[in-house]
Amino acid sequence: MVDDTIPRRGFLLSATAIATGLASTVQGDAQTATVSASASSPTPIPAVCAEPEVMLALTATEAAFVSAAVDAFIPADELSPSGTDCGIVTYIDRQLASAWGGGAKTYRSGPYQKGKPEQGYQLALTPKEFFSAGIAETNEWSRMTYGKEFDRLAPADRISALKAMEEGKAEFIGLGCKPFFEALLAVTMEGFFSDPIYGGNRDKAAWKMLGFPGLPATYASKFDEYLAKRYTAPPQSIADFS
Amino acid sequence: MAVRLKEIDAVMVGMGWTGAILAREFTKAGLSVVGLERGPDRTPGENFTLPSVRDELRYAQRLELMQDNSMDTITFRNAAAEMALPIRRFGAFLPGEGVGGSGIHWGALHWRFQPADFRIRSHLTDRYGAKSIPEDMTIQDWPVSYDELEPHYDRFDKLCGVSGKAGNLKGKIVPGGNPFEGPRSDEYPNKPIKTSTPSLMFADAAKSLGYHPFPAPVAIASAAYRNSEGLTLGACEYCGFCNRIACEANAKASANTTIMPLLRPDAKFELRTRAFATKLIYDKPGKKVTGVVYTDLRTGEEFEQRAGIIVLSSYVFSNTQALLLAGIGEPYERPSGKGVVGKNYCYQFEAGAEAFFDDKEWNPFIGSAGTSACIDDFNGENFDHSGLGFFGGGYINSGPAAAPPVSGRAVPHGTPRWGSDWKRATVKWYHHFTRFNTQGSVYASRDNFMDLDPTYKDAFGRPLIRMTYNGTDNDHKMSRYLLAKVEEIIKAMNPTHYEMHPRPRNFTIVPYQSTHNTGGTMMGSDPKSSVVNRYLQAWDAHNLFIMGASVFPQQHGYNPTGTVGALAYWSAKAITEQYIKTPGPLVHA
Repeated sequence: MVDDTIPRRGFLLSATAIATGLASTVQGDAQTATVSASASSPTPIPAVCAEPEVMLALTATEAAFVSAAVDAFIPADELSPSGTDCGIVTYIDRQLASAWGGGAKTYRSGPYQKGKPEQGYQLALTPKEFFSAGIAETNEWSRMTYGKEFDRLAPADRISALKAMEEGKAEFIGLGCKPFFEALLAVTMEGFFSDPIYGGNRDKAAWKMLGFPGLPATYASKFDEYLAKRYTAPPQSIADFS
Repeated sequence: MAVRLKEIDAVMVGMGWTGAILAREFTKAGLSVVGLERGPDRTPGENFTLPSVRDELRYAQRLELMQDNSMDTITFRNAAAEMALPIRRFGAFLPGEGVGGSGIHWGALHWRFQPADFRIRSHLTDRYGAKSIPEDMTIQDWPVSYDELEPHYDRFDKLCGVSGKAGNLKGKIVPGGNPFEGPRSDEYPNKPIKTSTPSLMFADAAKSLGYHPFPAPVAIASAAYRNSEGLTLGACEYCGFCNRIACEANAKASANTTIMPLLRPDAKFELRTRAFATKLIYDKPGKKVTGVVYTDLRTGEEFEQRAGIIVLSSYVFSNTQALLLAGIGEPYERPSGKGVVGKNYCYQFEAGAEAFFDDKEWNPFIGSAGTSACIDDFNGENFDHSGLGFFGGGYINSGPAAAPPVSGRAVPHGTPRWGSDWKRATVKWYHHFTRFNTQGSVYASRDNFMDLDPTYKDAFGRPLIRMTYNGTDNDHKMSRYLLAKVEEIIKAMNPTHYEMHPRPRNFTIVPYQSTHNTGGTMMGSDPKSSVVNRYLQAWDAHNLFIMGASVFPQQHGYNPTGTVGALAYWSAKAITEQYIKTPGPLVHA
């Protein structure tokens, strides 16, 4: 349990560097930051980062986990920066702190019973509580299996851990590994592809990758011309229209 | 104790499509009307505006326009032997909430049922013999014919500014439209929406196989349109933000754009939002509903609104629940098969496919529900079912309305779902894939029904409605047959790769499938076999009129809203021309 005492600040610094627009070599810095998160001593704070990014819902341990997971889901490569550098940790944190994260628009009366898969989600946990429980379970399983928490694993082990969860083979004690994996993947993809107004898809990286031009005012005058010809335009987000 | 309010002529429970249509017809007839709506008010000028309306997360993922499940929900089980559990958050279907109801976020595919659909049991009996209909298939003839409804279909078309191409004008088959449709008295109000590249490919392939493709009919105006109420609708912008989202162009018809601008300033009409109706006050000996009890969600106060005419114009589940709670009509029971309220619940049986083309490309984000092409060759009784082992069918259509980035991407099965390989595949295929859908009918089964849940309650302590539903053998066979036709067409399109998505054996409440729930308060020709008569008047309460797809005896192979709107106008005519002069049963049992 010694690991628990080590502050997890690596990803927070990276995120701040991006947010302040001072990281010109986005992918390189992010990779450095990700590696340093699994090192055994805290990373010194670079001079450019006056404040670490403040989380609304995630604890430092949870944020480090989410950062490691979204970087495995969305690795930095020729197509986009890493999930963390796209703001997905910020996105997930804000979503879990939102009304949705608190269980809004959800029927929350008992009795709570384990149903058939056909009956959908039947837990009393809100999304925020569900993610907290899932992260704790994953870290516990990771410690048992690999001797360390998930975010402290080498990148290749993170990938094999996530694959085991995806295939339902990770032996979680309480919460099912597969439902948690699916929720984590879904919220990551939401963060990657949603409007940047929510904190993810920073610099419209996912839309640029996909060739999605964002919000149009109208395509009525373009329909015929672009029937079978690719339409490309710098993506427009909600903020660009506001 | 509820505060009793001054009696008015008519009260609407729910202000979606049907509440708005009836309120408008009633005030024109001089009646004073109150519209109760559990959700918020929504206006095009305030809520359907750029840029916030084009927000996939807020509307399509977080479901801003949908009913609040923290207030109430539905419990679900696949079979009567199971324990039903609450749908804690909507998934398979998404009933709307607020002024405009589900008619804001709908895809706006706008269809009429077939003439044969309205007399389905008689038709199948005549064509295949009475013994051919399985014993557990509880289908019924509608108590109204296509010809009777046609003027009302036409009226609803002109309210919505529907775009499409007629295939049958007054009995004459017209090139370019659906040759299988019932005779139309008039052409569509607007020309079809433009067809997308993958839909043009679908149409060519279907034609090469001898089928009859035509552009999808949609309640989305292809050009600026002055509707039957004198209101101007905008032209489709092909923005790709249709489903689950309001239309910024005011091209996709909703009650908010087509009727409400006239009702709002109408002195005869009063809108009360955040007014959650909890009870119909039933005078059983008098065969009347004297009023509606509702809670003002803004203050917590309870009111009793008395009215001469009560219109139940909420969604399928709430309509059925309201009758069961008030004790109006005999509840349906299994296994005895007695009773009618809750009977013949149906859920549109859709299934689809995807195809990928590495040698062709298009812009999947440009589109609307109307950029699709359809064939109707395998719907209803448009084809011979002899020896097939099932009844029913559905139309087949191509092309997703659009491919928004969170929910509208596709990669071939077997591709990793994350990591760099997933990214490369996502980018590779985004401009090169399309989808197909089959709008399968549901021929009601005695085993699929709604009743009150014995365990779970809503925010007001009322029992939730419970649905017991699973796909029947008939419907699965029908769906597989339609998918085989889809596969034939896809092969003729010569894709690089394709995937068929047959329905899983068991119905499941996730993921999203269709918001076409029907039945529970079905219409019919006598009180033994139905809840409302041919004018949608309750047999057991002559001043109660029930709107919406809850009155469908079964669901046919088309989207329901066209028929819901036509029935609303049909009922409104009977009420304003007959009922208000001499209140009482419009049909004698």
